Amino acid sequence: MLPKWFDKWNADNPTNVFGPAILVGVLGGAVFAAIMVVSYGNPAQTASMQTGPRGTGMSVPEYNVARLAPDPTIEDYYTEEPYVPEGGEDLARDIYENVQVLGDLTEDNFNRVMAAMTQWVAPDEGCAYCHGDVDLEEYGNDDLYTKVVSRRMIQMTQNINENWSGHVNAVGEVGVNCYTCHRGENVPSEIWFNINPVNEAAGGWASVQNRATSLSQATSLPSNALEVYLTDYEAVNVHDLESRVEGVPNDEDVASIQKTEQTYSLMNYFANSLGVNCVFCHSSRAFYDPEQHTPQWATALLGRQMVIELNQEYLIPLEAEYPAERLGPIYADAPKAACKTCHKGYQRPLQGMNVIADWPELATTEAPEYE
Amino acid sequence: MMFPDYQNIFTQVQVQGTPEMGMDDQGNNMMEERVGKPRFNTFVGLFGNAQLGPYYVGWTTLVAFATGIAWFVIVGFNMLAQVGYSIPQFIRQLFWLALEPPSPEYGLSMPPLDEGGWYIIASFFLLVSVMTWLLRAYLLAQQQKMGKHIFWGFAAAVWLFLVLGLFRPVLMGSWSEAVPYGIFPHLDWTTAFSIRYGNLYYNPFHCLSIVFLYGSVLLFCMHGGTILAVTRYGGDRELEQIYDRGTATERAALFWRWTMGFNATMEGIHRWAWWFAVLTPITGGIGILLTGTVVDNWFIWAQEHNFAPMYDGSYGYADYGSYEAFIGKEN
Repeated sequence: MLPKWFDKWNADNPTNVFGPAILVGVLGGAVFAAIMVVSYGNPAQTASMQTGPRGTGMSVPEYNVARLAPDPTIEDYYTEEPYVPEGGEDLARDIYENVQVLGDLTEDNFNRVMAAMTQWVAPDEGCAYCHGDVDLEEYGNDDLYTKVVSRRMIQMTQNINENWSGHVNAVGEVGVNCYTCHRGENVPSEIWFNINPVNEAAGGWASVQNRATSLSQATSLPSNALEVYLTDYEAVNVHDLESRVEGVPNDEDVASIQKTEQTYSLMNYFANSLGVNCVFCHSSRAFYDPEQHTPQWATALLGRQMVIELNQEYLIPLEAEYPAERLGPIYADAPKAACKTCHKGYQRPLQGMNVIADWPELATTEAPEYE
Repeated sequence: MMFPDYQNIFTQVQVQGTPEMGMDDQGNNMMEERVGKPRFNTFVGLFGNAQLGPYYVGWTTLVAFATGIAWFVIVGFNMLAQVGYSIPQFIRQLFWLALEPPSPEYGLSMPPLDEGGWYIIASFFLLVSVMTWLLRAYLLAQQQKMGKHIFWGFAAAVWLFLVLGLFRPVLMGSWSEAVPYGIFPHLDWTTAFSIRYGNLYYNPFHCLSIVFLYGSVLLFCMHGGTILAVTRYGGDRELEQIYDRGTATERAALFWRWTMGFNATMEGIHRWAWWFAVLTPITGGIGILLTGTVVDNWFIWAQEHNFAPMYDGSYGYADYGSYEAFIGKEN
């Protein structure tokens, strides 16, 4: 390929090119890497949030690129301060027909809440999403399922803010409103349906685990953890609190390996929902020990109780109201909520933005109190 | 450029020629039951002996393979049935799928096939297979008039296997305690086992097992490194060096004695390695056997025996910083 004189010259003048080549390669590579890191930042840089005493390894690490990026849905959040009533105004229940909730609001505030709900839940469809494409006079009708469900959801929101403050305002006033779950979508993301059994030709524990599913968070852990632990008050704990106890795995109060995996599945779901790991709440050396739990453990415990109530009293009973396309793909069951429906992978939904300060109407089942 | 040939990850000496057939001269019929025409492979020679075969096939091999295949096929077809005989799903979910032991309510009784019955049947075949293979190791050593060290070494691993799948489930009164046959599921079992019994890291036999496991790794590296380093002086002829110590042994011994004041010998290092390896599953098996049968919460047990210290400091991030600061919304 090359001219003969070159090959001959090459053969007559053997030169070691490896040394200089390696030197140039290493130096060039180092310069290139340095330029990239200086220009674009260190992609592997992390920060850790310490969650417990030194020596326990308790911290939540996160990449800076993810940690410092704001939740993208915060930007689209709509809010408006209330119109403080001066007293004596007509109330919504007197002005409009069939106002079963929010009836204590003045007309201005009622319309303010209605407009906000449109922005939060149905920004594209507008009022018609719940009221239908009809004249204003007919807005009192309950023809559409969306309206019936919304009414129940308003009650649910009020209940959460009023009775579950210990969870939703655990660290500071944050509260919830429609946007906490919906984020501008008709149906919130991260809802869930029953899918068990996940395996064919198997019964018992073998039928509900060992399958990568949405409910097992793509692990081989049981897929029924949300169903078991978040629709009823089944005990989550699996530990013995003495070094030696009586009993065999079939006893009622002796947790089996399988039950432990089920709890593990729930805990893994908790962690994924909040973007944290085990040591956000536990000291992993003794998962059961309340003396080594962080305060967040109690918040999560309350959160679980709250979700059970929401599923039992609000979401599951709505099953009959939904059209077929809103029901579960396998059992046509009602859509249900869990941690991630609000948290969306963040420690605090919407990164701790206060979504209740402007909306006293959603903070109580009583008549709202304006300041 | 020079590439020193002793700095190489591959075997540097290959012997290829007339196949080594083994001695058959003492009336021990060592060529009986051996099959396969021996051949040489240069690629294989990079990693070990270039000669492949012949291979011993006695009744032990046949039984071990037949029952082992039975176990493998039962597990595989259970997995296949679980995905409705869909090959794409079988491939996709392969690492997630498992043949699970029976549910706890069946105790030590025989459950229906689809609720752990297949697991019991498969486990029986696996038991026969492993025990026959263990016997095979004994018989082969006997034929060669060797010591039974390899048999005992394998027996140590079989001890752990038996503890996990037979002894402990029987003592616990439930087959549900056995380990599932699946890639990820057996890892789930391992984690759940530790969590359920209050953190296996506080089980002293688990500690010992880790010591011997990591110790085995360390010893293996020290020994392999030492021998390769003195190969240029004939140190790779380890057996001869045991009774006819040469400069290779002297240098290796000096290296370690000057490094840590003590050195093993050409013979002793192999005893170290064998015992460390063997003690890994022996101590591990004891630890597993005690868990749930004698101790139900290892962390509390460790507290009672004063080796689980409590740490000073607060629990919860609020005493170390704030969430707002963590996500860059403060300062």
